[in-house]
Amino acid sequence: MSNRRCTILVCQGTGCISGGAEQIFSSLEEEMARLNLEESVQIKRTGCHGFCQRGPLVIIEPESIFYSKVKLDDVPDIAQSFLPGGKPLEHLFYHDPVTGEPIPHYGDIPFYNKQERIVLRNCGHIDPEDIGDFLALGGYEALRKALFDKTPEQVIEEVKRSGLRGLGGAGFPTGRKWEACRMAPGEEKYVICNGDEGDPGAFQDRSTMEGDPHSVLEGMIIAGYAIGAKKGFIYVRAEYPLAVKRLKIAIAQAREEGFLGKDILGSGFDFDIEIFQGAGAFVCGESTALVLSIQGKRGMPKPLPRPRTAEMGLWDKPTLLNNVKTFANIPLIINRGWEWFASRGTEKSKGTAIFSLTGKVANCGLIEVPMGVTLREIIYDIGGGIPGEKAFKAVQTGGPSGGCLPASFLDMPVDFDSLVTAGSMMGSGGMVVMDEDTCMVDVARYFLDFTRRESCGQCIPCRLGTEQMFEVLDDITKGRGRPEDIDLLLELSDAIAHGSLCALGKTAPNPVLTTIRYFRDEYEAHIDEKRCPAGVCRELTKEKS
Amino acid sequence: MKEELLRRILSSYKGRKRDLIPILQAVQANFGRLPEEAMLRIARFIGIPESEVYSVASFYTQFRLTPLGRKHVTACRGTACHIRGAPHILREIEKAIGIKEGEVTSDLEYSLETVACIGCCALAPCIRLNRDVYGEMTPEKVKELFPASDEGEQDVQ
Repeated sequence: MSNRRCTILVCQGTGCISGGAEQIFSSLEEEMARLNLEESVQIKRTGCHGFCQRGPLVIIEPESIFYSKVKLDDVPDIAQSFLPGGKPLEHLFYHDPVTGEPIPHYGDIPFYNKQERIVLRNCGHIDPEDIGDFLALGGYEALRKALFDKTPEQVIEEVKRSGLRGLGGAGFPTGRKWEACRMAPGEEKYVICNGDEGDPGAFQDRSTMEGDPHSVLEGMIIAGYAIGAKKGFIYVRAEYPLAVKRLKIAIAQAREEGFLGKDILGSGFDFDIEIFQGAGAFVCGESTALVLSIQGKRGMPKPLPRPRTAEMGLWDKPTLLNNVKTFANIPLIINRGWEWFASRGTEKSKGTAIFSLTGKVANCGLIEVPMGVTLREIIYDIGGGIPGEKAFKAVQTGGPSGGCLPASFLDMPVDFDSLVTAGSMMGSGGMVVMDEDTCMVDVARYFLDFTRRESCGQCIPCRLGTEQMFEVLDDITKGRGRPEDIDLLLELSDAIAHGSLCALGKTAPNPVLTTIRYFRDEYEAHIDEKRCPAGVCRELTKEKS
Repeated sequence: MKEELLRRILSSYKGRKRDLIPILQAVQANFGRLPEEAMLRIARFIGIPESEVYSVASFYTQFRLTPLGRKHVTACRGTACHIRGAPHILREIEKAIGIKEGEVTSDLEYSLETVACIGCCALAPCIRLNRDVYGEMTPEKVKELFPASDEGEQDVQ
């Protein structure tokens, strides 16, 4: 099989597919056959490479030549370049936006070489629909190691010591959650992977499930062994059909190879995974709501006080609920050991952070960096800065539950705790960069529009509070703001944050609070001068002209 | 015909309570919406009150009671799309196909809705037309994708 000289990797992530990557793949196959190159050149489809904005992406291995913005018309030339005497195609190289210099190799592109792709190591390099690719890179070895060399307690100890933290607001230690679930009384237990990714502006779970589904499955199976569960669910949002398709394929292949099902690898351990497609509700990111949703009910969070999901979750059984990224980290921790994992990142935030870097930034895409890098390194070094010579204004992290941070935070090291201290959060890893043309009041209005639509309506502070906050913000953006509105927003924020039943309501004021804290002058310009400094709010810009 | 299709969909489930959302998804995938009769049948099949089926169907944004157009347009209103001009793109689409968000054209050619996030944020602003995603949308691309229909032109006159 591997006497082939070269491999062409054609990205088949959702972003690249929208640019025609499927046609490019099939056309390449035809062209290679026509030139009788099938023997020496292998063509492979991969998941997301992360640099979605430059898609469709094609990478030639082993030289690691990186072609971006590939068009169907380029296919014959690409094929020809593999003939004797053929040369790589310079016009498809990535060109440095500052110097204009062509950069032929993958590893030399600033977008990639400042990253530390650990969880995403396989994304873009393996065929997600072929378990053989995953196995060739050591896939399911961690499962073998866990099943045969470690007791469940030892697995949990390893995860605990690694310092891995979950992606909920507080970044709860994963190992402690696993331990709580293992200790919870009950024969029947469940593992759930949250792949709902309800946060607008984030697509890391999508890319991981599409690009490296087996890593997620492997993490879940190990979790099942550790807590003593026989059954797992992956909760995937219905808007992600490609993720669902690839997970289905991966599950079938894993069953066939004996990694899933009865008596896994002859260890006596049984575990199987089922896909549950979410039906579209942001609030289902809350554990009790997600669990109800799988049970066939409205996804409405349970009121406090209530037992933790780890003790009483799905069908009232102990249930371990982790995010896609958390599970994808597990095989790495088991394979390389907790010391290796804990040596990365900051004192309290170990490992790497994955961000969906988007908005007004030159290089958009999916990035993975060690915890503790600064926002400036992310936005300027990896992201290539703000396009169009515009000024940076803010960066929004954590989606509707997070906040907007101004330029004074650019040198802040990014980790779970620093973000929370600044008024934002890590959340699902959305990172949206905003420039001088973004109106911060409009952004706050946008998020409140989202949360009021997504409020489950069960508790009054959230149902009526977000609605009222939205109306006040809407008035301000339409030139009907009153001087007392800022105080009213602060008062409402306080009431909603304290009175709401679940995290959706408790965090809904965050985008408003941070924009008032850091961009109060913009609110004042809207209210006092009936002026939108960024020129976004239509009613106010019309009046001006 | 439809009766038969519904029967076949139901027969592939056990009728447990947890089957409700998957059944609703399957019915909608086949019928394009959730017809009232189907919801009544689902309620009987699972053995739960009809109100509970409706309560779940109306809670999740995926479910709809009205049919989709043959060309179903989903405009993303995710954060990255919003920052990069999604509201403007939505207005352009509304203009081009002559319906507002949440509506369907009377000839069932087009339906238009917005969605929280398609997950193609790096290509913002993006939209989806049936299963295909179109990124980096501009007013010009909207015009290419949705050429003004004859009816639309008459409206302008």
